[in-house]
Amino acid sequence: MANMLNKPELLRGDGKRLDGRDLDELRPLSIKANVLKNAAGSAYAEWGNNKVLAAVYGPKEVVPRHLLNPERAVIKCRYAMAPFSSLSDHGRSGPNRRAIEISKVTKEVFDNVVLLDEFPETAIELSIEILQSDGGTRAAGITTAAVALANAGIPMKDLVYSVSAGKIKDKIILDLNMIEDNYSDADMPVAVSPRTGNMLLLQMDGELTRQEFNLGLETILEAGKQISKIQRQALIDVYE
Amino acid sequence: MNTINLAKADYIKEMLNRNMREDSRALMDFRDISIDTGILKNAEGSAQVDLGNTRVLCGVKLQPEETMKDTPDQGNLVVSAELLPLASKDYESGPPSPDAIELARVVDRGIRAGQCVDLKDLFIEDGKAWTIFVDIYILNFDGNLFDASYMAAMAALSSAWVPKYENDAAVMEERIRKLKVNNIVTPTTFAKIGQKIVLDPDANEEAAMAARLTIAVDKDFIRAMQKGLSGGFTQKEIQDMIDMAFEKHAMLKDYISAAPKE
Repeated sequence: MANMLNKPELLRGDGKRLDGRDLDELRPLSIKANVLKNAAGSAYAEWGNNKVLAAVYGPKEVVPRHLLNPERAVIKCRYAMAPFSSLSDHGRSGPNRRAIEISKVTKEVFDNVVLLDEFPETAIELSIEILQSDGGTRAAGITTAAVALANAGIPMKDLVYSVSAGKIKDKIILDLNMIEDNYSDADMPVAVSPRTGNMLLLQMDGELTRQEFNLGLETILEAGKQISKIQRQALIDVYE
Repeated sequence: MNTINLAKADYIKEMLNRNMREDSRALMDFRDISIDTGILKNAEGSAQVDLGNTRVLCGVKLQPEETMKDTPDQGNLVVSAELLPLASKDYESGPPSPDAIELARVVDRGIRAGQCVDLKDLFIEDGKAWTIFVDIYILNFDGNLFDASYMAAMAALSSAWVPKYENDAAVMEERIRKLKVNNIVTPTTFAKIGQKIVLDPDANEEAAMAARLTIAVDKDFIRAMQKGLSGGFTQKEIQDMIDMAFEKHAMLKDYISAAPKE
């Protein structure tokens, strides 16, 4: 967690958050599917101040060949933050260690739900580009990518969503923005397969008691209903 | 996965259906743990962890560096991990793989979240502070690198010394005090195989697992979690694993603190 010297007060006197949200309130989320011409499927999301673009190519030829699996498709996943995506420094191009880890855990989420067996010896390429970042970009990336995959007609068991919960002092909060992410006492991004209730992504750092963990997860599952609805509507809008 | 691995995975699942493991452990048992510290002279701190046949070496080096702009009053922590080619037939040399990067970042997260190292204690003088480099070297792979690496890092840090600093330079030959370690975070990694969950999976069990969860705790708090692979966990399963992580904390902390010191 960042510079603790000038740690700002994250809750206002009226108990709301700095951006006026309630503790369990999502930032405004809008998703639009089918936004790019060349890709087999794509989606663009604005989630608070985050702007995320996801695109899918394939099933296509596997490059490099050694990744080929004769029994199923392989998902190749790229999560990357644009060099101009954050207010602070100009980012370096190319994937850094953080981006490599996020690409890996994102791929693992979609390995669960995509019916890989239907496309042996092929690759499904998933790109997630963060154009503007304000905290919670991995969750936004997964939520957007799920819509892009559906838009590409890739058969899936479920439409996954992701959002994070966190903690400010003894309060559990939903959907952390950048300043909350930097200064909160815990951050826990989770991806859920809503049909089964299975957790497909679970990361956490900071400090949480068992009870706080349970409350955080409940808050995420409740918010997931809204997120799922917005994802489905984005897909319906394409075909209406 | 090749045919031999598939057959092996089936065999492990079959055994687990009868709550049995290849090495006759109970489902929530660790393998034998042994920890040695202070084993490398040139490193300011070091530890080797044997977790069953998994062997991890950790070296800690301190180096004076410019302080960061946004944290002028404290030092830095840099954790890296290498899956050395000598540790497994499946490891190749080259730039760090996503697996190695994930491993290092998850260990780093637990150390930071647990505030194990007092970064302010690393401050030397205006513009200068110690950076702690924690390098995790995988020497032999037999599953559960996360727990072995966590324990190695915690033990190496606990055994580390701070060198002298005078006339704008570090005097590496003279170590003047122990590194301040304020908290010990202990890891537990679980594998979901079929419908069963086991603690501390070995390599064969990892080959059969669909999902993995690492939970790092101290006495009161969950400090870091990381789920891996494509399988999912239910809410109940996660809650049970968190309970187990707390249950194992005291025992693991004893192993780390009681490690023979130089």
